[in-house]
Amino acid sequence: MKPAPFVYVRAASVEHALEVLAEHGDDALVLAGGQSLVPMLNLRLVQPAVVLDINALHGLATIESHTAGGLRLGALVRHREIAVDPLVAACAPLLRAAAPWIAHPAVRHRGTLGGSLALGDPAAEWPACAVALDATIRLASRTGGERCVAAESFFHGLYRSDRRGDELLVGCDLAQASHDSVFSFRELARRHGDYAAVGLAVSACGRPGAWRTLRLVFFGIGDTPIRATACGEALAAGAGLAEARAQLEAELEPRADLWFSAQAKRHLAVHLLREAWRDLGHPDTGE
Amino acid sequence: MESTTDIEFEVNGKRVRLAVSPREHLADVLRQRCGLTGTHLGCEHGVCGACTVRVDGAAIRGCLILAVQADGAQVRTIEGEGNDPVMQALQQAFIERNALQCGYCTPGFLLTAAELLELDPDPSRESIREYLSGNICRCTGYQAIVDAVELAARRLRGEAGTDASVP
Repeated sequence: MKPAPFVYVRAASVEHALEVLAEHGDDALVLAGGQSLVPMLNLRLVQPAVVLDINALHGLATIESHTAGGLRLGALVRHREIAVDPLVAACAPLLRAAAPWIAHPAVRHRGTLGGSLALGDPAAEWPACAVALDATIRLASRTGGERCVAAESFFHGLYRSDRRGDELLVGCDLAQASHDSVFSFRELARRHGDYAAVGLAVSACGRPGAWRTLRLVFFGIGDTPIRATACGEALAAGAGLAEARAQLEAELEPRADLWFSAQAKRHLAVHLLREAWRDLGHPDTGE
Repeated sequence: MESTTDIEFEVNGKRVRLAVSPREHLADVLRQRCGLTGTHLGCEHGVCGACTVRVDGAAIRGCLILAVQADGAQVRTIEGEGNDPVMQALQQAFIERNALQCGYCTPGFLLTAAELLELDPDPSRESIREYLSGNICRCTGYQAIVDAVELAARRLRGEAGTDASVP
């Protein structure tokens, strides 16, 4: 239960971090909050040549309004800060609602937004929220400067993402919420703080029966956050819960994990859809 | 020979200088290099909470932070909390309510509970359970631990005497 030897580098600046990543690529692993990386090191699931600690890069630990009016979150923002920050509560209440579902208080004190997005655990909260909010993920590299990727196309597969080995995930931008934005966050786990058996993050603009946009994103059911597109389109077009449910059951193909069969996950996903339906302000139809 | 990194940090109010290997986590360094064996190691992958310590005030997993990352930090372990009134109230209540049996998890529970009572002097049973959910006890079944935290909170609010009967 001890890590294999590695070279430890404490990044003194973003430029320094990018130098190290340009030199070592995938042989270097970035240490942000360490709440997933350090267990993986301890268990020797990963044995990197270099561990690049970015915790001294305080410029990446900020939450601010960005020029286009939305919210700019740095990669080093901790889960706990997202849970208590007033700007997040005002501009991205979905994130605030999701934060308490992440692990336990001691883990939330250290774990970071950027680390969670970069790892892309399919049962984690932030990747699903980022897709639901149509977030933009910002990546930097020494050769390419900064580039932006829509969260929806960032997660490629199980622990695989659009981030190249020489890139550092520096943050995440969210568009400004409109006056009629609503959200729902629901999660089912065996015990509080465990990874989700099934979770659902929803972000919508408009009103029940007349949604301009509606993004339903499930997590814990596949290799990446899974957007329920057909179900979302049906709801946006004014469908009732029964039809939305039929669309969802047709499009979801949950993968079983150690505790829940695919069938059980499908059942739980439908249950979460029903809860989200009410959260979004639809009438309780008793279905 | 593995390379080492010099770190300097404060442990329970005392300055400590050490040369550590980058792969040593903080809990190991506290136990083996500082002699502070009140920080226990259970799972070493962040599940059990036995290694809870406070770094710059926050209760965190001692096994999920490298010792090199504690450079410049203020670290507090269970050994440093003996004179803290919140900790004293918790320890007394843990004894009275039989909130420990083997005691292996107890330092982690106490440090986590102390943080909770600093943030919220009047937590509900549900929020006590939620806050302690990252600490595992295999002896007590948790009921007595929640009782003890509740009792300590009431005493700290001045609502229960030292001989409080069962709530």
